[in-house]
Amino acid sequence: MGGYEHTFWILFLPAISFVLLGLLGRKYFNKSAGLIGVFLLLLTTALSLYNAYQYFFVNGLVDGVYLKIDAFKFTWLTFSPGVSIDMGILLDPISVMMLVVVSSVSLMVHIFSLGYMKGEERFATYYSFLGLFTFAMLGLVVSSNLFQMYMFWELVGISSYLLIGFYFQRPSAVAASKKAFIVTRFADLGFLIGILMLAFYGGSLDFNTIIQHLSAHQSSEYLAATTASFLGVTALTWGLTLVFMGGAGKSAMFPLHVWLPDAMEGPTPVSALIHAATMVVAGVYLVARLFPLYALNGASLEIVLNVGLFTALFAAIIACTQTDIKRVLAYSTMSQIGFMMFALGVSGTQGEQGLGYTASMFHLFTHAFFKSLLFLGAGAVIHFVHSNEMKDMGGLRKWMPLTHVVFLVACLAIAGIPPFAGFFSKEEILLASYNKSLWVYTIALITSGLTAFYMFRLYFSIFWRKEYNGHSHPQEGSMSMKIPLIILAICSALVGFIPFGKFVSVDSQPQETHFHLMFSILPVILGVVGILIALLMYKKENDRPQSMAKAFGSFYRAAKNKFYMDELYLFVTKNIIFKWVGRPSAWFDRKVVDGSMNEIANLTLETSKAIKGMQSGKIQRYAMYFFGGIAFLIILFVYILK
Amino acid sequence: MIPVSHILFLSATLFFIGMYGFVTRKNLITMLMALELMLNSVNINFVAFNKYLYPGKLDGIFFTIFIIAVAAAEAAVAISIIINLYRMHKTIDVGAATELKH
Amino acid sequence: MTAHQIIFYCLAALILITGLLSVTCPKVFRSAIFLLFSLIGIAGLYFWMEAEFIAAVQISVYVGGIVVIIIFSIFLTEQAGKETRSIHPVRTVFAVLAAFSGMILTYLTVLNYDFVESNEAFDLNIPRIGNAMVATGEGGFSLPFEVVSILLLAAMIGCIVVAMRSSISKPDEKKLTESITEIDKA
Repeated sequence: MGGYEHTFWILFLPAISFVLLGLLGRKYFNKSAGLIGVFLLLLTTALSLYNAYQYFFVNGLVDGVYLKIDAFKFTWLTFSPGVSIDMGILLDPISVMMLVVVSSVSLMVHIFSLGYMKGEERFATYYSFLGLFTFAMLGLVVSSNLFQMYMFWELVGISSYLLIGFYFQRPSAVAASKKAFIVTRFADLGFLIGILMLAFYGGSLDFNTIIQHLSAHQSSEYLAATTASFLGVTALTWGLTLVFMGGAGKSAMFPLHVWLPDAMEGPTPVSALIHAATMVVAGVYLVARLFPLYALNGASLEIVLNVGLFTALFAAIIACTQTDIKRVLAYSTMSQIGFMMFALGVSGTQGEQGLGYTASMFHLFTHAFFKSLLFLGAGAVIHFVHSNEMKDMGGLRKWMPLTHVVFLVACLAIAGIPPFAGFFSKEEILLASYNKSLWVYTIALITSGLTAFYMFRLYFSIFWRKEYNGHSHPQEGSMSMKIPLIILAICSALVGFIPFGKFVSVDSQPQETHFHLMFSILPVILGVVGILIALLMYKKENDRPQSMAKAFGSFYRAAKNKFYMDELYLFVTKNIIFKWVGRPSAWFDRKVVDGSMNEIANLTLETSKAIKGMQSGKIQRYAMYFFGGIAFLIILFVYILK
Repeated sequence: MIPVSHILFLSATLFFIGMYGFVTRKNLITMLMALELMLNSVNINFVAFNKYLYPGKLDGIFFTIFIIAVAAAEAAVAISIIINLYRMHKTIDVGAATELKH
Repeated sequence: MTAHQIIFYCLAALILITGLLSVTCPKVFRSAIFLLFSLIGIAGLYFWMEAEFIAAVQISVYVGGIVVIIIFSIFLTEQAGKETRSIHPVRTVFAVLAAFSGMILTYLTVLNYDFVESNEAFDLNIPRIGNAMVATGEGGFSLPFEVVSILLLAAMIGCIVVAMRSSISKPDEKKLTESITEIDKA
């Protein structure tokens, strides 16, 4: 397929930025590193926008179906004639859409960081890490096979680790980066096993081939995968569930979510890029990639649905109680990703039933804009207030009018108030879950109301509540910080009007999304109610929040302590794993493994001590040994072994 | 007629006399002499084998000649080392040469 | 018993007795003289075995060369009249035992082996040896001849080098220990 060679450069411009700034940046252009990074990202973004235009409007659509295009492909490792690992660029509606999202959000973050990270000692290093992350994330979304995706998946993980731990002088940042890395690594173990299982039964690593093999009911691969079973669950379900485990780790789904709130130790623009808009949705993207398989396998789709739903509600409840504004946003992100997950969970594979799929991708798309806007806005606030805590803020609307406005837009968008972007995508998700079951719909609705409440709690706490009386004087940032906020605000307000179903759908056929006016009344009313409650409680300083907290009592305390998940993990790791697994294996290692080695060494030492006397330097004794040896050989060969 | 085994008995006895001398002597020069005895006993064997078992060939003779040549070289080197050792230590006792031991 | 046999046993007795004396005699110079007689006896044995060429070589190299340099070295190392230090009697007993057991082992082996003696005439003329020495084909010994030549050359050079080294005066031990302690201090 010709005409898509430029996609190669979408990937490699950020890689160039990484290599150039990483190797030479600190020494030669520490000051201008940001401009170089921004310039390369600008090219990348322009190329991916052009690519999207080319794909969606010029030649992607053939006979009413969007093609899957291998823009670029070569065989990288050949194990045997049938088994090889390829490297390739796969273009289909979701990957083209993701290219646009990733590159544009990354560009915004690059520009924002010009002002935010100004004067930082490791300025160039920061930009090189951003380049590495962007490269890895773009590589992830265009991966044409599972193994390539896994490689970029890990690369994304490592760049996330580097960026969370960017302020490595702070012990908390180091701990957070380690935590993020270990938790996601643990999840990736499942992912890897899942990949191996899918590749074994699917007979290939290539997405299209696996899907082709395993979704045909008559194919030998499908039969093999569904007849083989372990613990009463078929191999296919195991494989898909384990792959989902990897996705859940990256996307901070319960119970692997513990790393995400701590990951807020990184610089705020990084949180906007990695932990809000792009990396954390990789899990959703992964499930969407393999969606035909999940859709055919009811059990694994059920898991996706339930995990997504539970995480959405769980995170929303915690978000209502947190006081660190970045943590509120982190839990909000988890909740929104939960939305995307369960939207996939309620989706079908054909036409109208596939609304959940479209909705999920649409929400991913809109969420990327308003959530990165929220993070950048929060970053601007933190930059000038020098604190993450709500109690240090308040009344900032007079000092930072632009930030105030864009933050309001983003809050309205995430709360699902028309006509902002979040409204459209969330309506689709709610509609899809309504079609699935009332139970799912109810929880989604509650979560949606909670979302409006906690977002506006955040908004009022930052910009209203009281007169600002901090020590520093907050003000609007430089031009480089303002521009991304404005662009993202415009996007957050407007992207909802894109007829998303026309571009992304489960069967790659454009479809009309119907807009049900009556249906959307209830969610909007709930959203408004949430906002009004927040207004009552947080617009002015009063004691209503405290009395509310008292009313909820222990439930409030539990939510404020994140339902003791960290404590549970600590208990499990310290008291169970370390005590019952770690210590015995350490003992085994020290006593048995090392011990046997030491014994061998000792034996050698003792033997050498014992026979050292033979090497006496006395030539006559040597002669006796020599003659004795010859006598021995004579007896051996002439008399014994005759 | 003397059987070949008698000559071999002679050479074996001579060899073990040499061996006895080699392990009991302390003086390097006397050790060297014992060594010469052992080499000569080997030479006797070679000549005897050649004469009694393979008279048509010359291998034993040649081995003898070469052994004599090597023995001469060895004796020369050994003597020069012994003299050198004597200059260093004022003795040629075998126990005195301990430099390489440490 | 023919004269041939008698001569052999006489020679054997001469060789063994002088050999034994040469390894047991406490005086070094006397040892060397006994060795000389032993070697002459061996030369006689070669004559008896009709290997006149080897006998000649034996006399010229061993008797005329090696024994002479041994005697020289005895004089050079001022050992002429000295008695060698005797070793511990227990070790002597062990050495005797070892020598005897080795002898018995060898005798048994020789007795058990069935030697097939050839009736061919043993014709050892000097031109034949000379031709074989430089021949390269079957039965030729030019390669070992070359090797031995090189060995001799190397041995000669080695001797000279070792002897030259000796002219460098022995390092003063006191100075040596002083320098070592200095190094240790540093």
